[in-house]
Parts: sequence; structure tokens; C-alpha cells
Amino acid sequence: MDELLQTTINGLASGSIYALGAVGLSLVYAILKLVNFAHGDFMTLGGYAAFVVNVTWGLPLVVSVLGALVVVAALGLLTEAAIWRPMRERGAGVMQLLLLSLGFSFVLRNLILFAWGGETRTLRVDNTSSYDLGIVRISLLQVIVIVVSAVAMVAVALLLRRTYVGKSMRALSDSFALAEVSGINTRRVVTYTWILGGGLAGLAGFLATIFTVLTPQTGWVLLLGIFAAIILGGIGDPFGALVGGLTLGLVQEWSTMVFAPTYKEAVGFAILILALLFRPNGLLGHATRTG
Amino acid sequence: MSEEPSPVLRADGLVGGYVEGVDILNGCSLDANEGEIVVVIGPNGAGKSTLIKAMFGLITPREGRVLFRGTDITGMPPHRITRLGMSYVPQVENIFPSLTIQENLEMGASQGRAELAPRMERMFEMFPILLERRRHRADGLSGGERQMLAVARALMAEPSVLLLDEPSAGLAPRAVAEVFQTVQRVNANGVTIVMIEQNARDALAIADRGFVLESGQNRFTGPGRDLLNDPKVAELYLGGATT
Ligand SMILES: Nc1ncnc2c1ncn2[C@@H]1O[C@H](COP(=O)(O)OP(=O)(O)OP(=O)(O)O)[C@@H](O)[C@H]1O
Ligand SMILES: [Mg+2]
Repeated sequence: MDELLQTTINGLASGSIYALGAVGLSLVYAILKLVNFAHGDFMTLGGYAAFVVNVTWGLPLVVSVLGALVVVAALGLLTEAAIWRPMRERGAGVMQLLLLSLGFSFVLRNLILFAWGGETRTLRVDNTSSYDLGIVRISLLQVIVIVVSAVAMVAVALLLRRTYVGKSMRALSDSFALAEVSGINTRRVVTYTWILGGGLAGLAGFLATIFTVLTPQTGWVLLLGIFAAIILGGIGDPFGALVGGLTLGLVQEWSTMVFAPTYKEAVGFAILILALLFRPNGLLGHATRTG
Repeated sequence: MSEEPSPVLRADGLVGGYVEGVDILNGCSLDANEGEIVVVIGPNGAGKSTLIKAMFGLITPREGRVLFRGTDITGMPPHRITRLGMSYVPQVENIFPSLTIQENLEMGASQGRAELAPRMERMFEMFPILLERRRHRADGLSGGERQMLAVARALMAEPSVLLLDEPSAGLAPRAVAEVFQTVQRVNANGVTIVMIEQNARDALAIADRGFVLESGQNRFTGPGRDLLNDPKVAELYLGGATT
């Protein structure tokens, strides 16, 4: 019982990071039909932005979060203006955009390596404190990761459900063409999508950095889990991505009660395959009336 | 009735299509006067949908121009055309399936959000079925209800001209009649209608004027009744003799 609770807390923390990454990636995919392989490296850049603010400049951790958000959102907008929009206007399909993003992810990763070197980095954060809650221990870092992700997720959900911008993002994801003829300023919605998707990547990168360590590979390594979370939750559904990310984190940690922790990855993908077999539309898969 | 009609929308000698070198429109024209119901008929592939898309800025014709109340709107982006007072209901994909009914309507008012509440109120008055279902996802609606929603979404922009692309396609006879009644009601509120239809007889019966399109060109033009009673039109486009 203790062990179950303990692994649940661990799973919620690591699942939160998958979920944050997955929601951002999923939003960009849903609205722009872009499978952004560089999303993991966007996260990594967020980590380094936080590193510069927190360690190089010596500013507080809270300020470094903002640094991560702003830098990655700006990168999203920059790539939209320099790569994705021009390519879409030339009629590039999903496959071309996907390959382009894969190429861009290598470029970005190597630029990061060039700029900061390959050694591991950490932020100035208290990674030893933990709280004894009687039957389980929860570390300060776990608390930060879970709380920050939860707040971000609630904010995203409210944005998508309650605000005009959020609703119009969902409208674009349903049908870009109809959004355009409905009088929605689609270009503006795309701009907000990059700010949101990039911001979430930056935040996920920051949390991954404080939770583990930062190297130029950090985001790229997480990307596989993030894709798994998205497929698990139902492709293109941000709420599904959230559920998928948490599920993946939990199942991976629970599995350590039975298998050695080194099998975590394998367990994650076993779950993914089972999900594809039995719930191909994702855990939340929506049966829709067609025709 | 006795007033001299003034054209609100005019397409003049449009030539163009989707890809270079393949013209779908070959010099076709259309005009709609204030308060009219104008119906466009013609065989499949005649370019009817393409004509409407050209009038709504979705494709830019190579030649010819589109005037809306005297303003040249050829190739203007749709969200700006919406702001000028024209809305469009596409032939397919005309609702947002995963959004609720209410959200669908809200999207239609993108260019006039200050007045969202009263406009939505009016739509619910006009289409009570939408009020009942306002918090449900739109993909749960029946075919007829979807068309109602599509029309309501377009009306949320408070257009003075409404372009409809086959609003009755694929509907059961009762729903078809309902759609045409809706069109007439909207028109009675002062909205000029340009409507493409396959149910040509029923559509021409409520039309002030009709245009018959073929191969991207005008074949016949005239008052709805005249076209209905024209034996040539009947034989070629209405599937047999007039009744
Ligand atoms: N997006 C597109 N890209 C390229 N060609 C297209 C596109 N849409 C339509 N066409 C072509 O343009 C021609 C006219 O199509 P259009 O949809 O305007 O006909 P229509 O009169 O509306 O026919 P229907 O009654 O079947 O709706 C057809 O040959 C069609 O194949
Ligand atoms: Mg058509």
C-alpha cells in the first residue's frame, strides 16, 4: 500500500511533465496539422533559457520560468514566420512539414550543444528537501512539478473552454476552412497557438530541468514518451494528451513495483500498443456521428 | 415591389479556377439585387460552388471582378468580406463538429463580438431546436438540424447577403421543405440570398431570379417562374417536362 502511494506520487510528477509537453505538441498539431518533432528541443531550449536566467545571471527561479516561457514562445513564432507559414502557403503537406520539423529538431539540438556544451546543468534549486507525510515522502521538487503543471493545465482548459481565443483554436482544429469563412481571423489564432504551444514547451522544459538534469538531449529523450502520451490520449485532443501523459507516468512508476526500473520505457510502450489495439481513438476516444 | 432594384452583389465575367491552366469559371456573371432570392442551378461540376467561392474571396479569379455594394472585393480575405456584410455557408464541412451549438454560433459572430448575446438570442428565437441543444456538441445533430446550425452560424455575422451552397443536399423531403422555409424567413428579414440548389424545382419556385450555369458559363437567366416554365430549361436541367 505504501509502495503504491509512493509510486503514484512519483508517477504523477513524471506524468505531469509528459502531459505538459503533450498538450503543447497536441495543440500545435490539432490546429496546424504540424507534427512538430522539434517540440522536445523547444523544451530543451526552455531549460537552457531558465539556466541562463537562474545560473548565469543569478536571478531567482521564478524569473527563470518566465525566461523559459518567453524564449520558447518567441521561437515558436519565429519558426512560424520563417518556416511553417511559408511552407503551408506553398502547399506543403503533413509529411513534408513533419520531415522539415525533424530536420529542424537536429539543427536546434546542435545549436544548443554548440552554445552550451554537452555537460549536464542544474538550476539553483533545493533538490534535497522532502516532506514526510506519514506513509509517503514527497520531495519539494515533486510538489513544484505537480502543482505548477496542475495550475497550467487548469489554465489551458479554461482558456480552451471559456475564452474566445480558446474556442476559436478548437474551431480551427475542427476545420480551418470553415474557421476562415466564419470570419475568424485565422492568422491571429495561429499566432496565439504558437505562443501557447511554445509557452507550454518552455514550462515543460523548465520542470524537466529541475526534476532531472539538463543536457542538450533532455527534450529529445522525453519526446518519445510525449508522442506515446498523445497517442494514448487520442491524437489531436489536448484534454486526451493530458490524460495520456498522466497515465503514462503513473503506469511507468507502478511497473517498478513488479519490474526493474530500467524497464519503465518498455512498459510505457507496451501500454501504448495495448491502447492502440483496444482503444485506437485514445482513452477518451469520441464516437462521432458521421455523414 | 415598384422600386428600381439596386445590385448589392455583382460578379462580372469571372475567369479562373483552383490551379493554373485549368479554368473552371469561363466568364460567368451573377448579380443579386437588394432583398432578392437568387438561385443558381446547373449540372454537377458546372462550377457553381467555384463561383460562390470566387465571390467570397476563397479563390481569386484571373479575370473579372466581384463588387459588393460598389466595393471591389475580388480576392479579399473572407474575414474582411464578412465584416462588410456577406456570409457564406459551404456545401460541406459547414459546422464545427466538436464545438457546442452555442460555440458554433459564437464563432459566427467573430467580427461582431460586442453584440454576441442579443444575436444569439435572436438565433435561438428563430431556431428553437438550437436553444434546446445549445450545450451539446454539434456532431450530435441530425442532417436537417446541422443545416439550421450552419445557416444560423452564418447569420450571427448579421450579413445583408447570405451565400448558401446546396443547403438541402442529402436531406429527407421534410427537412428539405424546412430548409426552404428557413431561407424564405431569413429573406423576409431583409437578407439577400444567393443559393445554389440541386432541388432545382423547389428552389426556383421560391426564387426571384435564377441562373443556369454550365461549364463555368451562364446558360439561362431570368425570373424563377420563367425558368421553371421554360421547356428547354425543364428538359435540360429540371429532369423532364414542366408539371
Ligand atoms: N479544390 C479544388 N481543387 C481543384 N479542382 C476543384 C476543386 N474543387 C472543385 N474542383 C473542380 O472544379 C470543377 C467545378 O466544381 P464545382 O464544385 O464548382 O462544381 P459544382 O457546380 O458546385 O458541382 P456540384 O453540383 O457537384 O456541387 C469540377 O471539375 C471540380 O472537379
Ligand atoms: Mg457544388
